[in-house]
Amino acid sequence: MIDALQQYVAAALVIVGSLFALAAAIGLLRLPDFYTRMHAASKAGTLGSCVMLIALAVYADDLAVTARALGGVVFFLLTAPVSAHLLAKAAHVSGLRLWEMSVLDNYAEETASDSAE
Amino acid sequence: MTTAAMLLDWALTAALGVLSLALLLTVVRVVIGPTLPDRVMALDMLVAVAIGFIAVLGIRTGQTLYADIAIALGLVGFLATVAFARFILQRRSLEEDGT
Repeated sequence: MIDALQQYVAAALVIVGSLFALAAAIGLLRLPDFYTRMHAASKAGTLGSCVMLIALAVYADDLAVTARALGGVVFFLLTAPVSAHLLAKAAHVSGLRLWEMSVLDNYAEETASDSAE
Repeated sequence: MTTAAMLLDWALTAALGVLSLALLLTVVRVVIGPTLPDRVMALDMLVAVAIGFIAVLGIRTGQTLYADIAIALGLVGFLATVAFARFILQRRSLEEDGT
């Protein structure tokens, strides 16, 4: 009974996670500039791999494997925003332009007001 | 083989197919660029898809060691992205010194 439940939940999570990864890959290919592509890759991509690791945690009978898989999930949720922010900031500082239809660039306004003071 | 096991087997096969497609689309972005940050971000995404592959294979084979490999790959991917971001910043300051 528990085995069947584990298998149903793992099957659903694996499908959902792989569809999130596919959505991230399509966004990476189709969106117009670096910053919009980055939002697709760093949010949907991380969620996809996290959901699939949760499927592994649900399916595993051994508590040690479950703990390690959940530890991996926490680790990705902590590191993905850090690396995405660092890369976006590096790209912005090195002068990569936003898409011409973007309406707001808070970082540029902030650095401009900082240098004015 | 029970219904649940058959469903799981089908779901794992479908997930492997979908992940392969995601990997292929990400590789297209690595190839066409057009800038270095784009490629670095696509490589970061490749690591995320590879971790998904590892989780699916871990369920499919029942090998418990795959969870450790996923954590190690995540650590390497994070450090690589941070190093590339530092490199992009560094390259900018070198160009400013040169002009």
